[in-house]
Amino acid sequence: MSAKSKDQLATAGLYVIVGVIITVLAGLLGFVFVKGLPQISWQFITSPPQIFQEGGGVGPQLFNSFYLLVLTLIISVPIAIGAGIYLAEYAKDHWVIRCIRVLIEVLSSLPSIVVGLFGFLFFVLYMGWGFSILSGAFALSVFNLPLLVRVVEQSISSVPKSQREAGWALGFSKWETIITVILPAALPGIVTGVILASGRVFGEAAALIYTAGMSTPIIDFTNWNPLSPTSPLNPFRPAETMAVHIWKINGEGIMPDAAAISDGAAALLIISILFFNFASRIIGNLMFKKMSAN
Amino acid sequence: MHKELSQKSDYNLQVSPISKGEYMMAKMIKETEHPLYRKSNKMRMERFGKGLTFLSVALAAAITAAILFLVFSKGLSTFIMNDGSVKDFFTGTTWNPAEVNSLGKPIIGALPFLVGSLAVTGISALLSAPLAIGAAIFMSEIAPKTGKRIMQPVIELLVGIPSVVYGFIGLTVVVPFLRDLFPGSGFGIAAGTIVLSVMILPTVTSLALDAIQAVPRSLREASLALGSTRWQMICEVVLKTAKPGLMMAVIFGMARAFGEALAVQMVIGNAAVIPHSLFEPASTLTSILTMGMGYTVMGQIENNALWSLALVLLLMSLFFTITVRMIGKGKSS
Repeated sequence: MSAKSKDQLATAGLYVIVGVIITVLAGLLGFVFVKGLPQISWQFITSPPQIFQEGGGVGPQLFNSFYLLVLTLIISVPIAIGAGIYLAEYAKDHWVIRCIRVLIEVLSSLPSIVVGLFGFLFFVLYMGWGFSILSGAFALSVFNLPLLVRVVEQSISSVPKSQREAGWALGFSKWETIITVILPAALPGIVTGVILASGRVFGEAAALIYTAGMSTPIIDFTNWNPLSPTSPLNPFRPAETMAVHIWKINGEGIMPDAAAISDGAAALLIISILFFNFASRIIGNLMFKKMSAN
Repeated sequence: MHKELSQKSDYNLQVSPISKGEYMMAKMIKETEHPLYRKSNKMRMERFGKGLTFLSVALAAAITAAILFLVFSKGLSTFIMNDGSVKDFFTGTTWNPAEVNSLGKPIIGALPFLVGSLAVTGISALLSAPLAIGAAIFMSEIAPKTGKRIMQPVIELLVGIPSVVYGFIGLTVVVPFLRDLFPGSGFGIAAGTIVLSVMILPTVTSLALDAIQAVPRSLREASLALGSTRWQMICEVVLKTAKPGLMMAVIFGMARAFGEALAVQMVIGNAAVIPHSLFEPASTLTSILTMGMGYTVMGQIENNALWSLALVLLLMSLFFTITVRMIGKGKSS
């Protein structure tokens, strides 16, 4: 076979591969949306699940997912920004720093179920928080932290050196330069990264089944006192998220419309992920425009 | 200013007669008290900031160390406290930690889970690596415009789809499909493999694309200028140069497949035996961990044995991380 016909054959082969992939992935998204979108209604999004009957919703689960996400970000973002600043600006090539870098890399590659089991052992049992939103939020923070640290470090490292020199030339100390010059310049990148990481946290289930638990007590959405046991804000109540709910009702759900509910919940999850993706792009671009001169 | 200060101190010291040594001491103290010698507010802020950020780094590292320590101590206690045999663990085929065998040792044969995990990881890597690398070549070399505008955003979106959704689709589409085509219930390694290979496909594609795009343009142009066809250029230049990056992409995918818990648990059937075919129920390390942890009591042998499985999982993920690092090091040198 001549080199030319080989080339044509290979090109055809690549088209076939891409065709297969597009079919599979489009089929996957299409399947979720075609089956799931008809399930989604206001009633589905707001009402609590039913155990034995049809017609349950995912209201508490949806709330739990967002609440856990917010708590996780409150815990993990400040730590990640601190760690990212140190690694990008202060860290020298020292064996301690190298060790720390390796440890953070190991943390990012740990299976989420291992993080979940650590959370179970440490937050649920040792700290005595039980299956609760607090345990879940801390476990998710552990899961989320290495990714965020990398995002912050990269955003800060990509700020041009001339910006730092400009800060020093104005008589700023290193720390002042970081806080007043570099961090604002790196902010669009950091925000984009944080929102993208939120999508990952939002869909995580394996780290949650043994930390935030697999049940939701009856909660009263008119009671916003965080200390009351029926309040949605109470951090010590167990909280099943959307992703965990899909997993649970497919394993042990006894409601007759478990499949339909999972369809709707899966579509809702993917829509949320889509939303996070678009939001990260739009907010990142907006911030970049506002921060940069042109 | 310095001169003025020392003169002043000289004057003061003349009033009360003291030895020369004491005079020098007093002078030194005076000098360090001078505003120029005092730590400025800026310096204090600098120290504070550096310390605070170092604390966050140290916290992240300490969490990892704590996880490693806990999983190691829990996982090893099966062999130390409960007298389990390491050989049984890796070669035995019966998993029943509550009972003891004729030698009085707990029955902790984890081979079925190891085989299950390795099988789903290996086969799904074999399935998705060629597809992912093919797609990456297509997106970078054949149709860069469509690739960048349409395929790349879609692939990046698919990276973010929760694994539970993949598992759910596997349960409602793949398992019934396999049940109709092959004898058996449809649950098994085949179903797990299909779900995992679709799940890691976007991740591997996106990383492989990065690796291929990192190949300098000049190398491509040199190859084409020598008269090679596009395919020859891709095979001989692009793929060879990008090989370490492509290997890293595939290993990353394998690490994700090996550690995935719920998607696999939903479709593999969860039978603690070594299956005779790909279409019989089996189980993986992660699936048995997910199923079992809620039904055992902390500190007992059944629970410790599960932690040993978690330890194996952790060691494998360390192995993947180290391999990726080694390849990365080889690439940069």
